[in-house]
Amino acid sequence: MSSVDFTALMPLLIISVSSVIILLNVAMKRNHFVSFLLSLIGLAVAFVSLWSAGTVAPRQVTPLLIIDTYALFFMGLIFVASIVVAILTYNYLRYHEGAKDEIYIVLMLAVLGSGVLVSSTHFASFFLGLEVLTISLYVMIAFLRSSEFPLEAGIKYLILAAASSAFLLLGMALLYGELGTLQFADLADRIASGPGENSLFVLTGTALLLTGAGFKLAVVPFHMWTPDVYEGAPAPVTAFIATVSKGGIVALLLRYFLLTSGYSLNTVLIAIGFIAVASMFVGNYLALMQENVKRLLAYSSIAHLGYLLVAFVAGGALAVEAISYYLVVYFITTLGAFGIVSLLAETGSEKTSIEDYRGLFWSRPWIAAAFTAVMLSLAGIPLTAGFVGKFFVVTAGVSAAQYGLVILLVVNSAIALYYYLRLVVAMLSSPDGEEAPVLPGISLSGKLLLVGLTGALIYFGVYPSPLVQLIRDMMAAVL
Amino acid sequence: MILLWLILIPIIGGVLAWIFGKVNPLLSRWISLIAMILDLILAVVIWIQHPAQIALENQGGWLLQFQAPWIPQYGIGFYFGLDGISLLMVLLTAFLGVVSVLASWSDIRERVGFFHFNLLWILAGVTGVFLALDLFLFYFFWEMMLIPMYFLIAIWGSANRIYSAIKFFIFTQASGLLMLVAILGLYFTHFQNTGVYTFNYTELIGTSIPSHLAMWLMLGFFIAFVVKLPAVPVHTWLPDAHTDAPTAGSVILAGLLLKTGAYGLFRFVLPLFPNAAAQIAPFAMILGAVGIIYGAVLAFAQNDLKRLIAYTSVSHLGFVLIGIFAFNELAFQGAIMTMICHGLSTGGLFILVGIIYDKIHTRDMDRMGGLWESVPRMGAVAMFLAMASLGLPGLGNFVGEFLALIGAFQVNIPVTAVAVVGLVFATVYSLWIIQRTFHGEQRESWELPDLSIRNLAVMASMIIILIWLGLFPKPVLDTARPALQKIERGIIPISQVEDQTPNPGMSRNLSDNPLHIAEPVNHNSAEQEGT
Repeated sequence: MSSVDFTALMPLLIISVSSVIILLNVAMKRNHFVSFLLSLIGLAVAFVSLWSAGTVAPRQVTPLLIIDTYALFFMGLIFVASIVVAILTYNYLRYHEGAKDEIYIVLMLAVLGSGVLVSSTHFASFFLGLEVLTISLYVMIAFLRSSEFPLEAGIKYLILAAASSAFLLLGMALLYGELGTLQFADLADRIASGPGENSLFVLTGTALLLTGAGFKLAVVPFHMWTPDVYEGAPAPVTAFIATVSKGGIVALLLRYFLLTSGYSLNTVLIAIGFIAVASMFVGNYLALMQENVKRLLAYSSIAHLGYLLVAFVAGGALAVEAISYYLVVYFITTLGAFGIVSLLAETGSEKTSIEDYRGLFWSRPWIAAAFTAVMLSLAGIPLTAGFVGKFFVVTAGVSAAQYGLVILLVVNSAIALYYYLRLVVAMLSSPDGEEAPVLPGISLSGKLLLVGLTGALIYFGVYPSPLVQLIRDMMAAVL
Repeated sequence: MILLWLILIPIIGGVLAWIFGKVNPLLSRWISLIAMILDLILAVVIWIQHPAQIALENQGGWLLQFQAPWIPQYGIGFYFGLDGISLLMVLLTAFLGVVSVLASWSDIRERVGFFHFNLLWILAGVTGVFLALDLFLFYFFWEMMLIPMYFLIAIWGSANRIYSAIKFFIFTQASGLLMLVAILGLYFTHFQNTGVYTFNYTELIGTSIPSHLAMWLMLGFFIAFVVKLPAVPVHTWLPDAHTDAPTAGSVILAGLLLKTGAYGLFRFVLPLFPNAAAQIAPFAMILGAVGIIYGAVLAFAQNDLKRLIAYTSVSHLGFVLIGIFAFNELAFQGAIMTMICHGLSTGGLFILVGIIYDKIHTRDMDRMGGLWESVPRMGAVAMFLAMASLGLPGLGNFVGEFLALIGAFQVNIPVTAVAVVGLVFATVYSLWIIQRTFHGEQRESWELPDLSIRNLAVMASMIIILIWLGLFPKPVLDTARPALQKIERGIIPISQVEDQTPNPGMSRNLSDNPLHIAEPVNHNSAEQEGT
């Protein structure tokens, strides 16, 4: 490897090194704040190093990884999201008894896994990244061992994720057995020159790949684990699963499809279309029934992945832009939603019932305003980024003449409005009885975080032009 | 720039009202009032300075324009333009804005600052809808006005407010998304024809669309607008929303939000899809006639005074729908006139109901009766507004409905005949309101104060305008005429399309359409701002 390769890999190397540094620091002296600070510095330095890596991009580093602007864009997104998660985690665990430094080590490893995913061009790095991410997640979900829910959630995730990894491996094996390559870029040529698009091996292999990825994305019918894990895991970890973990897979899947000309596999596209429709309907329908905010958000995130897949099926340059924009929006809103749940959590108990938020607008107007903005963005209402994101997805769908999918998306947006508004209404309604449930205040860092997220939400909703341009420049690498 | 200020004043006013509402509720009332008066003055100044016909020919039909880039990558811009129709609607918006601030002066006592924030933001959104000439921008404002309206109903509404607010929101949002899909369909069709991505109305207006696709796209717009209008059978959100909204909310709903639907038909459905619109015109006129009769019959069956007035809106807006789809200038003028006068008379009635409800805490007409003795002034005003609503000659509503019917008669006699029956029904329910609330024996001895000076002034201004429009409607008709004639010219009745033009009317038809002159439009905007 030359020094240029090192420059290109610098962001990932910095993340790896900082996890080791935190590990060593914990071995010498435990201090929650220092561990938190080290992880923050690691992520920030890694984020800055994206620019130096950008100077040598695109660069294929070993057959496994490619560092191009596409990868750098998603790495940047992942790093920023992880900074938010780290801050949330610090606030969440501050008054928690027992060991807490280790979570920052696994957090860094999970970030590393996700970073590898977005830059991989090879089945080996795909699987490696995925497993690094997943195994770190087991630990993060079950981190609070003292209570039973996180443990239950951790075990559930362990079993289902392991099973999905097995599917994934089998899919890779079938493709390799038939085509004799693990490189994404070679797959397309081998399919065309060899067995053709309708080969049973190719279709089965791709289907199994999709199954494995579908588990991680929690799209219907692979969504069963989501509500329990979302509910059981500590809120900051839930935020991480919902954003960084899913975002990494989406970026990888998109690259895989573009590189392997997956868009010529009509059967697969139809299957993804069905998955999209099922995710929208099941996610929204089940979200309607929820009384628990975390479960509600879990089902809503299933539906949102469904919307995203509509653009995915559409394909083309507009779709890649739409997916990227939607992911950014989805990251901001999801981090905002779980961030608020996590910041309002008192030691040991999270406020997860909708009833807990009744009258929040009058007791804590600013937090409620931020939460309202997040909900409106999830619902896709103007002045918020969610509106622009949904607009781009619909645009991508219409541009590919996927009118059926687009109409179903419209129907689902209307259904989804109901439960988002229900939360808003709960916050607006006057608390019954004499004593309003007073939620705890939040720390300064939490406040700044919410201001930042809400600000980004409104900025990208009102003036999306710069971000659109950035995405357009970055995505040029894969188109 | 002046156009931008029309929208910015309520937006800024709303934020200030919210901030200062924490200090003193009265301050936020005054800020809102001043903001809306400024807006009204601005609109009136534009009206006086720009006699509509003069500016018409050399500006592509727009009296004023404002253009700035927004999301250039997708061809989206801040493009506002004002012609006769939008000018009248903006005047109505600003006037009803002032009225609704005054109407909630003593009505709203809780969370005053946030209330006025929502009120002014709705007005800003409505103004934006009336001015936007970029389809994305239009959709943006179309959705933006819903949120504050939702809050208005959900927080300050009466008993069943949450249900009504959510119903209102889902109906309008879902239909709005259909319109978004249609907008995008138009956008990509235009791209396929010309290779240019743009949401600019003046450029999209010439797009030639395959006729089956045009029908679908037109329906996307049409559904969104008739839900707002509302036409039977998608009117069911309206009685609930009107009934449970606070007084100012009802005034704005009836006076402005319904009008955005009619405005959308004028601005987008007719010029963008002339042939498809001509094809569904008979159907739309039947919908209008059904709405007139259905609304009137249901109004007659109500006990709740506010609900009754809500159903009369369904009936009156039926005339608007008939007028729009009659495709001649007389009917168009009638529709515009009806929109304005319905906003005033129904708004006034809602304010009266609000005052009564505030004092006796019921809207059940069975418990009223004989109120005239204790509140003669209110009774007289109600009598006047009821007369206006039933279409008494000499008042504005008569002019509007009469013109709409004359226009429709030339096109479709059976529908017109049915619609005329609606006028008889209107007489019945209007007199019924007065009979049951103000006349007869007092069933429960209510003690309520008569109209205050403030409310009397509001009512007086509405009454004066209604009489003015009834006796001398010329200024309004003149203002709207150029824009309406242009729309009329853009449409060729379906029979003529088949008869005379071998190649479909679209291309021929648009070449002599002055709206289509896109280039001078862009250049003039800068100089235009200065004036």
